[in-house]
Amino acid sequence: MIRAPAEAAGRFLTTGNVFMYRYDAIDRQILKERVAQHRDQIERNLAGELSDDELRPMRLQNGLYIERHAPMLRVAIPYGQLSSAQLRKLAEISRRYDRRYGHFTTRHNLQFNWPKFEQTPDLLEELSTVDMHGIQSSGSCIRNITTDPFAGVAPDEREDPRPYCEIFRQWSTFHPEFTFLPRKFKIAISGSAEDRAIIRAHDLGLEIVKNPEDETGFRVFAGGGMGRAPMIGQIVRDFLPRRHALSYLEALLRVYNRYGRRDNLYKSRIKILVNSLGIREFTRRVEAEWAYLKDGPSTLTDADFDRFARCFTPPPYEILPEDTPSLTEEAEKNGAFAFWLKYNIFPHKIPGYAAVVLPLKAMGKPPGDITDIQMDGLADLAERFSFGELRVGHDQNLVLANVRRSDLFILWKALRPLGLSTPAAGLLPDMICCPGGDYCGLANARSLPLANAIQERFSNPARLRDIGKISLNVSGCVNSCGHHHVANIGILGVDKNAAEWYQVSLGGRQGNRATIGKIIGPAFTPKEIPDVIEALIDVYFENRTASECFIDTLERIGVEPFRARAYRGRDKSKLARIDNREPSNA
Amino acid sequence: MPEIIKNGQIVDDAWQVLRLKTDQPPESIELPPDAALFPVSVWKTRKPELLARLETTGVWLASHETPEDIAEDIAKFRIIGIDFPKFSDGRGYSSARLLRERFRFKGEIRAIGDVLRDQLFLMKRCGIDAYAIRPGKDVHAALAGLRGFSETYQGDVDQPRPLFLRRYA
Repeated sequence: MIRAPAEAAGRFLTTGNVFMYRYDAIDRQILKERVAQHRDQIERNLAGELSDDELRPMRLQNGLYIERHAPMLRVAIPYGQLSSAQLRKLAEISRRYDRRYGHFTTRHNLQFNWPKFEQTPDLLEELSTVDMHGIQSSGSCIRNITTDPFAGVAPDEREDPRPYCEIFRQWSTFHPEFTFLPRKFKIAISGSAEDRAIIRAHDLGLEIVKNPEDETGFRVFAGGGMGRAPMIGQIVRDFLPRRHALSYLEALLRVYNRYGRRDNLYKSRIKILVNSLGIREFTRRVEAEWAYLKDGPSTLTDADFDRFARCFTPPPYEILPEDTPSLTEEAEKNGAFAFWLKYNIFPHKIPGYAAVVLPLKAMGKPPGDITDIQMDGLADLAERFSFGELRVGHDQNLVLANVRRSDLFILWKALRPLGLSTPAAGLLPDMICCPGGDYCGLANARSLPLANAIQERFSNPARLRDIGKISLNVSGCVNSCGHHHVANIGILGVDKNAAEWYQVSLGGRQGNRATIGKIIGPAFTPKEIPDVIEALIDVYFENRTASECFIDTLERIGVEPFRARAYRGRDKSKLARIDNREPSNA
Repeated sequence: MPEIIKNGQIVDDAWQVLRLKTDQPPESIELPPDAALFPVSVWKTRKPELLARLETTGVWLASHETPEDIAEDIAKFRIIGIDFPKFSDGRGYSSARLLRERFRFKGEIRAIGDVLRDQLFLMKRCGIDAYAIRPGKDVHAALAGLRGFSETYQGDVDQPRPLFLRRYA
């Protein structure tokens, strides 16, 4: 057994300039052993001792897929925190093992699309030198835990979710009982008043809340999820004192592991179990299981929480004035900067600081893609302006969480040559989109060219400003990696009679009022989609009041006028009626 | 004699696993005279006969069955099998933990079925201490599967205290 050094507590005092969880000797040893295990499994597979089927779940739990063109390796970025050193390593790996780029997904992952199967042990070993890996980024296990990219800096935060994320990361890593669940299991945690991690659309959502005695705990949601049968999570427990977090999660996972369906891939997520038992019976089973586990050895004390919290010490903020007059002056002189400032800056709880959103949504590029040059450039900028640390959001955007407001103008200028100063966050081109049929073995439609066609149609800044805040997401198949269900306008690629069709849904939302959008009718051809979106925007323009966003108008006047306009002048008999409940692919 | 892994070593082992064919009624099946693990349905319907030969009687749980199904009898057995119809069916891990942690079963828990080298470390942590490796696989090579990691994060049957409690002690 490896022992942490005696002066272990000292490790938590942040040295250098990285303010995130730091691996110790034990974490490193475990990771090293994991890489060796993967190498051994790949060698045995190549030697014919371990069949492809036997290797499959294990390679997936290291993030290794076999995809349409080549293997794909999904690197985990636990709860979205990334250091400059790690980002530089990712850039280097993209040069050595891939085609000089990576792809950020909606779940705090970066994917490499072109590694060679035999080289993956070397790639993982290289990653481990910066404490990174692909552990549980895929497979029927507890996946990488996700949270708010503004964790630790958001003004509406009740408590920083990252220490809890780390507690759950350790608990879920190689869990001996939950490595072969019926299906994947995704956990998201939110620590703020407004949910920015879509916890209600996860298998398990945890909202940090305080009870009347000011104790910290969790509101527990279960059974949410997107995919074929999208559902909003239901409350299993309104207040779970934080000391019981691990025993309660263990009980809940055990109920899922024992009773979740394993006979049908499409009915094996926890949402199906919650729905078939009903939330009351599901809750009863969890609580009954918990009664045996409660107060066991995994109970966390306040001292344990404090120890984890110290891993996330705030960076040494300067005392700065709230106002930054120079910023207003620059914005007055420079329209493009003013535009960026209006949309890409998120408020910060420390006066004089801001969080900056960097959408990876360049025109003509797959949303979420980042080149090695951008990675290296951003790593430098993070060191210069944001304590050497970045965040990854579920919207395929990056965040510099701790920038002095007085640095915003220089930062913006430095982002421009990297192509990272546009588009505006939260406006129409800031779409979420899966890799689709160009890369993914599951997809039945090519979501990327469609997303690009939409971005091209809506590229005029004045018009985008006029349209305002709107979410438009695209998925290439019902697995809905592009989060189309929770978008104001959701677009889903489907395959019918060997042709690509796109189904449009309206009214989806993220956040505290997370809602699954409703399909408006028969699917369109890819060519029609930009016109359909145009029609939807027209209805919004004609009906909005001065203060309304797209979704507000839609909620007030209902879907009908939008639906009517989308199909006006179209022959519905030439469109495709799709039943998403029919499995159309593996 | 077939070889299995037991308590970290390769041993010869004569226990058979009785599996019913779909049309075989447990009431009338002929009981083998030698040491055998019986399906729960046979145990339940033939209890008086089997109670008379407990030394050579064990029971095995199918993946849809749970320790609760044999709750009142668990302490009677020297050996309980847990079937993995497919190595990726993870229900047996929960069954093993329940047997050890809730029912305090002290006898042997044996993994049977699609039991492979790469799952042994997880099985061990859940309280399984004997492994009938799938026929056709090298049982000697499979021993390496017990040595996975030098440390583990969460509590388990072998070490109930999670790493965070031990790490800074």
